[in-house]
Amino acid sequence: MTRTGGKGGKGRGKGEELMVPRAEFRSYYGRPVIKAPAWAARDIAGYFFLGGLAGAGSVLAAGAHLTGRTTTARAMKVSSLAAISLSTAALINDLGRPGRFPYMLRVLKPTSPMSVGSWLLSAYGPAAGAAALCAVTGRVPRAGAAATAAAALLGPAVATYTAVLAADTAVPAWHGAHRELPYLFAASATAAAAGMALVVAPARESGPARCAAALATLADLGATKATERRLGMVAETYREGKAGRLLRCARGLIGAGAATAALAGGKSRPAAVAGGLALLAGSACTRLGVFAAGIASAEDPVYTVVPQREAKARREAAEAGEAKGAAGA
Amino acid sequence: MTGRLLSGPEPDPAGDAGHLDAPPRVGFFTDTTVCIGCKACEVACKEWNAIPEDGLSLTGMSYDNTEGLGASTWRHVAFIEQPSTAPSAPPAPSAPSGSPGPGPGSVPVPDGRTELPLTDQRAATAPAAGGEGGDLRWLMSSDVCKHCTHAACLDVCPTGSLFRTEFGTVVVQEDICNGCGYCVPACPYGVIEQRSSDGRAFKCTLCYDRLGAGQEPACAKACPTESIQFGPLDELRERAALRVDQLHAAGVEDARLYGDDPADGVGGDGAFFLLLDEPEVYGLPPDPQVTTRDLPAMWRHAGAAALSLAGAFAASYALPALTRRGRGRR
Ligand code: SF4
Ligand code: SF4
Repeated sequence: MTRTGGKGGKGRGKGEELMVPRAEFRSYYGRPVIKAPAWAARDIAGYFFLGGLAGAGSVLAAGAHLTGRTTTARAMKVSSLAAISLSTAALINDLGRPGRFPYMLRVLKPTSPMSVGSWLLSAYGPAAGAAALCAVTGRVPRAGAAATAAAALLGPAVATYTAVLAADTAVPAWHGAHRELPYLFAASATAAAAGMALVVAPARESGPARCAAALATLADLGATKATERRLGMVAETYREGKAGRLLRCARGLIGAGAATAALAGGKSRPAAVAGGLALLAGSACTRLGVFAAGIASAEDPVYTVVPQREAKARREAAEAGEAKGAAGA
Repeated sequence: MTGRLLSGPEPDPAGDAGHLDAPPRVGFFTDTTVCIGCKACEVACKEWNAIPEDGLSLTGMSYDNTEGLGASTWRHVAFIEQPSTAPSAPPAPSAPSGSPGPGPGSVPVPDGRTELPLTDQRAATAPAAGGEGGDLRWLMSSDVCKHCTHAACLDVCPTGSLFRTEFGTVVVQEDICNGCGYCVPACPYGVIEQRSSDGRAFKCTLCYDRLGAGQEPACAKACPTESIQFGPLDELRERAALRVDQLHAAGVEDARLYGDDPADGVGGDGAFFLLLDEPEVYGLPPDPQVTTRDLPAMWRHAGAAALSLAGAFAASYALPALTRRGRGRR
C-alpha cells in the first residue's frame, strides 16, 4: 500500500525540538527510492577526515617551514604523511575488491570525482611523503622545500574534493548541499590541522594554529548554517538522530577546542593539547555527522520525493509563467 | 572535455561515447496497463543472466516478495493495491474501433493482440478491478534499469567499468569493477547495487550478450502480455505516445509516460514506462536528475573553498606576526 506522511517507525532523538508536520507524500511501501551507499562510516567518513587533516596540515606545515617554526613544520609533515596513508588505507579497505585498487588509476575521468581524487592523491601522497622524509632526516633540504611547497599547493584540493565526491550523488542531504559542503569540509579540515598543530607543537610556535582554529570555528558555524538553510526540509537529517547528535558534538568540541586554545594555549601546554584534541575530535564528528545525515536522507523516501516534487512544481510554475508572459506579449 | 554533454537532450549517446556507426539506440517501453504480474520477466532475467538467489522472504507487500531492484534483481515487478478513485478508473470504456473489445479492467488492450473468448467472459462476469463493482485497483509494473541518456552511475565510475555500449545502453564490466560502490548512491533510481558476497556492482545489462546476437532481451521475450516491449527507442517512443492517446481517448486520464522525455533531468530514459499513477507510488523518483549536471558548479565551489582554506592559513600566519610587531615584542 502506498504511504502518506509519517516516518517509517524510525526513532527520533530524544528531547528534540518540536517538528513541523511532515509533508504529505506517497511512496512504494515506504521503501527508499534511491540506494544508500554501502560504504562503512568508519572507512569513508574516516577517509574524509584524514584527507582533510593531511591536506590542510600540509598548508600549515608549509607556513611553519617558511616562518622558521621548525618543530611545527616537521611534526605537521609527518602528521600529513601518516594521515594520507591511513586515509588511502581506509579507502582501500572499503573497496569490494581491495586487490583491484590500482584500477582507480586505469583511466582519468573528469566526470568522476573519485577518479579525479585518486589522481590527486597519487600526486599529493608522494609529495607529502618526500616532505616528511626530508624533514625527519634533514637530508636534501632543497628537495624537501620543493616537496613541501607541492604538498601545500595540492593540500587544499585534497581537503575539499571529498565534498564534491559526496555531493555528486543522488543522496539528498549531500547533493542538495553541493554548494555549501566544500566550505564545510574546508572548515573542518582547517580545524583538524590546527588541532594537530596544537597537540604536537611547542606553545611558542602555536600562534598561527590558534588563529586558524578560531577562523575554522567561525567558518564551520557559517557553513553549517548555510547548509541547513539551503536544504529546507532535508536539513532535518542534519539535526535529528545520530547525525544531529554527532554534529552538535562537533560544534561543541570545535568551539570549546578553539576557545581553550585561544585563551590558554599560548601559555599552558596541557591546555593547548586539550584544545587540539577537542578540535581533532570535533572535525571527525563533523565528517561522521555529515555521513550519517546522508545515509538518513537516502533511507527515507520522503527526502527524495518531496524535494523533487517541489522542484518540479517550481519549474512547471516558471514555465507556465513564461508561457503566459509570451502570450501576453 | 570534448564538448560532451553532462545533461540535457542528447540525440546520440553511443556516438557521444565514441562508437562510430553505432546501430540505433534500443530500449524498453514498459506498458504497465497490460501487466498481469506474472513475474515471467523476473524469472527469465534470473535464468538467462545466471543471477544468484537473493533470499526467499514474505514481505507482506501484496504479491511483491522481490522488494526492489538490486545486485541480484534486475527486473522487479511492483504490486500496488489502491482504493479505486472514480475519475481515474472509469467503467470499461468502449474500445477504439479496430481493436478487440475491452480487456480485463478498465484499460483497452493494445492493437494486435488476440483476445480469447475466455477473458471476454471473465471481464463480463467478474467485476473488473477498478470498474463499477470494485473498490480496489491493482497496479502492476515491471521495473528495470533505465539505461539513462545521462547515466550518473557511468559518469562517476572511477575505473571505467561502467560503459556505454554501441546500442546506447549502460553496462558494468565485471572484470574491471573494483567495488568502490560509488555508482550505488549516484543512481537517481536506486538501481545498481554491490553484491555483498562478491563486492562488485551489478545491474541489468539490457541483455548485451543477446543484443549482440540479434536477439531481444530475455524479459521482453518472456513477457506474455507485451507489457515489456523492446526495440529502437525512437519507435518505442512513437508507439508509447499513440498508446497514451488511445488510453486518454478511452477515458483513462491517469495514463502518463514516465522517462520518455529527452528534456528531462537525465536526458530521457532508455527504458521508459506508461504508468497509471504518480511515479513515487511505484517507487520511482518524481523528478530524477543526473547529479553530474552540477559538477562544474561543485568544482567551482570546491576550488573557492580550497582557496579560502589556503587564505585562512595565510591570515593565521600573518595576523600573529602583525600583532606581535604592533606590540613591539618578540
Ligand atoms: S537507472 Fe541508474 S543504474 Fe541504470 S543507467 Fe541510470 S543511473 Fe545507471
Ligand atoms: S562499484 Fe564498480 S561499477 Fe560501480 S563505480 Fe565503482 S568501479 Fe564503477
